Amino acid sequence: MDEDAGSMQRIFNSGVGAIVTKSIGLEPRNGYPNPTLVELDHGILNAMGLPNSGIETFQEELYDLKKSNIPVIGSIFGKNEKEFVKLAEKMQKFGADAVELNLSCPHAKGYGLEIGSDTKLVKDITSKVKDNIKIPVFVKLSPNTTNIIDIAKSAEAGNADAIVAINTIKAMKIDIELKIPVLSNKIGGYSGKAIKPIGVRCVYEISKNVDIPVIGVGGITTGEDAIEYFLAGASAVQIGSGIYYRGVEIFKIICDEIEKWMVEQGYNNLSEIIGVAHL
Amino acid sequence: MNYPKITKIIKIKDETINVKTIMFEYSGIIKPGQFFMLWIPGVDEIPMSVSYIEKDVKGITFKKVGDATKALFELNEGDKIGVRGPYGNGFKIEGKNILLVAGGTGIAMIAPVAEEILNKKISTTVILAAKNKNEIFFENRLKKSGLELFITTDDGSKGFKGLATDLADDLIKKNKFDSVITCGPELMMKKLYKICSNISFQASLERYMKCGIGLCGQCCVGKGLRVCKEGPVFDEKMLKYIDDFGIFKRNAAGIKIKF
Repeated sequence: MDEDAGSMQRIFNSGVGAIVTKSIGLEPRNGYPNPTLVELDHGILNAMGLPNSGIETFQEELYDLKKSNIPVIGSIFGKNEKEFVKLAEKMQKFGADAVELNLSCPHAKGYGLEIGSDTKLVKDITSKVKDNIKIPVFVKLSPNTTNIIDIAKSAEAGNADAIVAINTIKAMKIDIELKIPVLSNKIGGYSGKAIKPIGVRCVYEISKNVDIPVIGVGGITTGEDAIEYFLAGASAVQIGSGIYYRGVEIFKIICDEIEKWMVEQGYNNLSEIIGVAHL
Repeated sequence: MNYPKITKIIKIKDETINVKTIMFEYSGIIKPGQFFMLWIPGVDEIPMSVSYIEKDVKGITFKKVGDATKALFELNEGDKIGVRGPYGNGFKIEGKNILLVAGGTGIAMIAPVAEEILNKKISTTVILAAKNKNEIFFENRLKKSGLELFITTDDGSKGFKGLATDLADDLIKKNKFDSVITCGPELMMKKLYKICSNISFQASLERYMKCGIGLCGQCCVGKGLRVCKEGPVFDEKMLKYIDDFGIFKRNAAGIKIKF
């Protein structure tokens, strides 16, 4: 629910601090044919295929959204440095408060993970984008790599303002009755409850190895889940699939749950618990 | 769990030259106005409103319009499809005297509503509207005592000649309807909505849909109302806040397309 101004407005009103848009590219993309999303036992598998209206058309949604002063993090995806820079410049021009580089989509050929698993490319893209815009730059990383710490360090070396971890995990579901993969793209990204321990581990490892803030994401459905991410070193968290499990109201509910836990534990400020598990 | 159940087509019926009904085994309760996500393996998965409701068998009725429905049109009895749902809210049957207005393939969704209203012994008037006589279906299904049936076609080849909204306007002036329920082309529904300023009103909206479970945001209207979750049926209180009603829909890329 992050492609049009109305939806993002609704999410904002349900208690979030900022909104990350759907990943936007230079040209419109329809995404893959359905099935693009299916619920599995412990999570959600999707291969939407980066559907988006293209940055020029998306401008209209941002314009509507900015009327209400909602902090917007514009997620962008490109094939190369040049595309990322162009998209980032547009996002800034159209009013985004930060950009998030999607270097981690696991199911779109030529994009995302295919770029985001190369340390040199990650550093180059990040620093080029940084050189050309003033708003903060976040880099979203994939767990589908053996070297997430190195990738995070590369983003830091490219002057990223924060790391976002993790994107979905490459996965597949085969229907045993039809004997074919369910998703039209066959391979998708797994999100939801099942991936939380993987996300927590990545955030823990990354925050131990870089000095910039880490934004934790992956399988958060409760305040306790978010607290785990904070303890692992996250300075903020993102929620997507959680909307499926607990509705659009999830944001307010989770904030209340975090607050309740903090009161019980005697904390006054969230910063007191960030990275505590490292000590 | 929101995972497609693989089931067999048990019966196929031709309704018009390009409209078919497919019946399949699927247990469970479903309300008129709710829909399934129907998977045609290897082709696509599309939302389909329920047109027949039996205990262990459900049916959908559809027109051959795009690649997915063309593929669905070619399937045979015994072929396997994937079905998940039911999704969405469905219609609320309230009132003592209800007018149903169905346009084009909207007839498929309205027919089970009419049957439920009849079961509740509520007085019902139904308008079936189409471009011409060849596109009218379910006429015999709805010729039942207790139900007043009107047919209107754009070219006058059957029933009244003219728009469903003109006939509805006329009937609303002459009768005391306390509720109007509609499914059909959005511009028709929008016009009807304006006519029904003092009557309880429900319209079923159609938008490009992907996940069907309120997550992807593809089908959102107004201020983040998900047609698959908060809809597809919206009443006059909700429609008031849906600025895009009758104005635009979005394509698969999320680009606005004017009606």
